[in-house]
Amino acid sequence: MWPAVLAASLGCYALKLAGVSVPARVIERAGVRRVADLLPVALLSALIATQTFASGRHLVLDPRAAGLAAAAVAVSLRAPFLVVVATGAGSTALLRAAGA
Amino acid sequence: MPVASDSPISAVRTADRAIVRNAVGIGVATGAYGISFGAVAITAGLSVAQTAALSLLMFTGASQYALVGVLGAGGGAVPGVATAVLLGTRNALYGLRLASLLEVRGLRRAGAAQLIIDESTAMAVSRNEPREARLAFWATGLSVFVLWNLGTVAGAFGAKALSDPRVLGLDAAAPAAFIALLAPRMRTREPWLIALVAAGAAIVAVPLSPVGVPVLVAAAAAALLSVRGRPGVADDP
Repeated sequence: MWPAVLAASLGCYALKLAGVSVPARVIERAGVRRVADLLPVALLSALIATQTFASGRHLVLDPRAAGLAAAAVAVSLRAPFLVVVATGAGSTALLRAAGA
Repeated sequence: MPVASDSPISAVRTADRAIVRNAVGIGVATGAYGISFGAVAITAGLSVAQTAALSLLMFTGASQYALVGVLGAGGGAVPGVATAVLLGTRNALYGLRLASLLEVRGLRRAGAAQLIIDESTAMAVSRNEPREARLAFWATGLSVFVLWNLGTVAGAFGAKALSDPRVLGLDAAAPAAFIALLAPRMRTREPWLIALVAAGAAIVAVPLSPVGVPVLVAAAAAALLSVRGRPGVADDP
């Protein structure tokens, strides 16, 4: 896993450095900006979907889905970050303990 | 601290103290979040050293969670790295906004770049005065850097001590973290549309492609959609 850890770290650092180094007009173009603004939304929602409903290459419905639903409720109630994470993990753990 | 705030100098000091206080507060909150990252990374199968290296070298939470999420699900290194780096593109935009504020060159620029994250950017750009913005950036960035790394190591050793971290539901912690990171971006109709298309595309791609690739398929679909999207949609409140 070391190559992945180092390559991804290098890539992320290069992006940070590029931001403070390149002339603003390169990235300030409207199209680039739009994609860059929406990309995190797309990636985060795809990650939520796959890490909740995928097990390897299979789609499954297991206690993680209930954890996600509970976390979504916590977010809608404007709970702080850690409360959201603890709610998601905790409700999944409870369901597993109950044998679901 | 309203005492003697009539004189300009003490008003400046009061503002500075408030900036540093906020920075420490954000650092403590993020440090606690670092504990959860450390635990999640160990659950995903990384070693303590790899987990610590990620917080030290990558130092951008969403990308770190994404990489360990993809690797932990059995995905390859290439989709894992691609997802993490794509999520890191927003830091380049932050850098653009900060460049004129920070006015850093050489080694200081190289150091400042590593501290460019959601929190330090938000605290810096919310200040009107350039000197205060610089203080907010460095104070928040350094405070989060130190406490995020300490939290990561604590969480990694903590999870290592558990025989099976899944008992605590830690494998469900990452999606919950992603929801919390996503929420502030969902203020208009367009991000909802993008989110639904991306999630749908990822689900459809799960049985059809190697682990980790569905997220990239979703990103490509969303990028196409946002480039072709009607300009009017973006401005809907």
